[in-house]
Amino acid sequence: MRVALFMPCFNDALFPGTGVATVRILERLGHVVEFPGDQTCCGQIHFNTGFRREARLLLRRFLSVFEGAEVMVAPSASCVAMVREQYPELASVSGEPELQEQIDALARRTFELSEFLTGVLEVEELGAFFPHAVTFHPTCHSVRSIHVGDAPLRLLGAVEGLEVLPLPKAEECCGFGGTFAAKNSHTSLAMMEDKIRSIRESGAEVLTAVDNSCLMHLAGGMRRMGVLWEGSGTRGNVLPLGGGIRVMHLAEILASRKEGGVR
Amino acid sequence: MRRGKALPTFPASAPAALADRQLRRNLGRATTAIRAKRAAVTEEMPDWEALREVARRTKEDVMARLDRYLLQLEAAVTEAGGVVHWARDADEANAIISGLVSATGVMEVVKVKSLTTDEVGLNEALAARGIQAVETDLAELIIQMAGERSSHFLVPAIHKNRTQIRDLFRETLSLPHLTDDPAELAEAARLHLREKFLEAEVAISGANFAIAETGTVGVVESEGNGRMCLTLPRMLITLMGIEKVLPTFQDLEVFLQLLPRSATGERMNPYTTLWTGVTPGDGPTEFHLVLLDNGRTRVLEDPLGRQALHCIRCSACLNICPVYERVGGHAYNATYPGPIGSILTPQLLGPGCHDSLPFASTLCGACADVCPVKIEIPRILLHLRGKMVEGSRNPLRRARTGFGASSFQERWLMRLLGWVLGSSRRYRMALRLGRGVQTLFLRHGWIRGLPGYASGWTRGRDLQALPEESFRDWWDHRGDRSS
Repeated sequence: MRVALFMPCFNDALFPGTGVATVRILERLGHVVEFPGDQTCCGQIHFNTGFRREARLLLRRFLSVFEGAEVMVAPSASCVAMVREQYPELASVSGEPELQEQIDALARRTFELSEFLTGVLEVEELGAFFPHAVTFHPTCHSVRSIHVGDAPLRLLGAVEGLEVLPLPKAEECCGFGGTFAAKNSHTSLAMMEDKIRSIRESGAEVLTAVDNSCLMHLAGGMRRMGVLWEGSGTRGNVLPLGGGIRVMHLAEILASRKEGGVR
Repeated sequence: MRRGKALPTFPASAPAALADRQLRRNLGRATTAIRAKRAAVTEEMPDWEALREVARRTKEDVMARLDRYLLQLEAAVTEAGGVVHWARDADEANAIISGLVSATGVMEVVKVKSLTTDEVGLNEALAARGIQAVETDLAELIIQMAGERSSHFLVPAIHKNRTQIRDLFRETLSLPHLTDDPAELAEAARLHLREKFLEAEVAISGANFAIAETGTVGVVESEGNGRMCLTLPRMLITLMGIEKVLPTFQDLEVFLQLLPRSATGERMNPYTTLWTGVTPGDGPTEFHLVLLDNGRTRVLEDPLGRQALHCIRCSACLNICPVYERVGGHAYNATYPGPIGSILTPQLLGPGCHDSLPFASTLCGACADVCPVKIEIPRILLHLRGKMVEGSRNPLRRARTGFGASSFQERWLMRLLGWVLGSSRRYRMALRLGRGVQTLFLRHGWIRGLPGYASGWTRGRDLQALPEESFRDWWDHRGDRSS
């Protein structure tokens, strides 16, 4: 299958490792990955903050970049939710039936990585090796918007050496919420502190999720609190003991191999 | 709840509430307990989803034909011996009700817990005429004694624990030896209230439902204080928002299943009182129903936003909301707090300081999943954000729209970001620029402090620095390496 990779803007800029891991996973399964180089952002930041004018322009841009794609996969549930849930709404008020049809068609071909692997490709076993205790935060958009269900946990369950430790109050929001984190920072931080407490209670060495946005917020908080593991970047899969909790996108765990670590 | 220009925004009010450790503990404990109860009694229902869907459709129908149902209700109530009054706004409602009470000559009335009377500020309006309104719901009584505002639909004193309540009762009821045993606290309140019930000539209530077909009005409650108020006094005055009407008596079959399970996590609430006009020899001899608009017809004008009027005030969305759980009800500065309040309050009141409320959410979606009438709260939050930002961009409208919606700095940043993301070339240039600029802020590879809008982020979080190579840089060069 030819898979068009959508690498949401802040993932592209801040978390290149997640994109690399996504490419590795899909190519190892024998698929052809394409990266339409003109892509930028789906417009979720604007839409969720109320800036619909900008969001509409980015929607049209996004459509022109990905229109020809057979399937589009992104390692981000919230950006997929934007395309699947909010784009149809934005398009419906445009008064252009043609745009609406194109958006609906694009939305049907758009998948988050974990649901694409388990639901479309029907694979769980990826030959990954990651000998660590991991806890999984089910992000709000993955659970309540695009309903990935237990896809990430099934994928984690198939990783050799990996132990999944349950996260207390797992389905409660971490407090990120896009610009909510800046506009309502006190409330956001209160939610974050409670989530980090749960993560620490889980006893895991590694925190993972399908959204780098939530992970960026949590890792930022954990670093401020002095409980983040800061190793040598995202390379290697051997963690020192007692060095804090490492934060990784699910794709990076799934791409880990016995030989050569994450990359 | 009035249009208060002077009221602070949500972000301005939240820090004080968050800093109150006792409040956080009380709220956390109470919401966790009630969530579990709700989950248990809704999961056991095989037809729960079907009930929700029927309720949603019923409410949609009510909003589409509200004019017809209200006239039908008026006719039925009048036919059954009641008197119907129409109040355009809070002032009219207060004038009607205090006029009715003044005419009887009594100086004290008993009240059933009612959010709608809070909304119009009825107790204060009565007090201005020298009439004392005695709250008879235990939690509402606690709030009244403490001189505080309610912080929850159903459990107005959810922010207080029993030790705090014991201290309050010791002082206001002159019971210096009272302990914090819940039974003893309830007994103290019961003895205090029993006298009030027996003396009362006039009662004031809200309404959970009113049936257009029969003119029947209903109140559901847990303590029996409502039953006392609704049956003992000579005169009963009910204030009800116009959106509470239901078409037929049979609709209660759906709503009386949804409400208690969603609200208190009970299969059935202890007391359901239904009355139709007046019945000689049984209950009040005079019944007045005051139908309140107070912004509701304006909400009705918005085809999506009007879903907020479907609310049956169960408070499931408050209990599940991670924002409400941390901050409590007071920071919303409104009669209707929580997720539903964030979409209802700004629409009822129009532009003003409540414009910050639709932004007081992470859009986590937990509220929509538990709403018994399937109100699409996150979708409406986004809808209102869009309306407010558009308003704040228009210089002619800006004066009327809120400072809470969008700051000048935010509008500028969002426009700039939109322009940058409008071209992959500009985006790449911005990344290069960012890598240069961030060196001013970097410490050990992380950004610890940023100015302006972004300072909210770095208040309690470090920010990951931009790595030297973006994903697209890697992609462009992957062929050059032996990857």
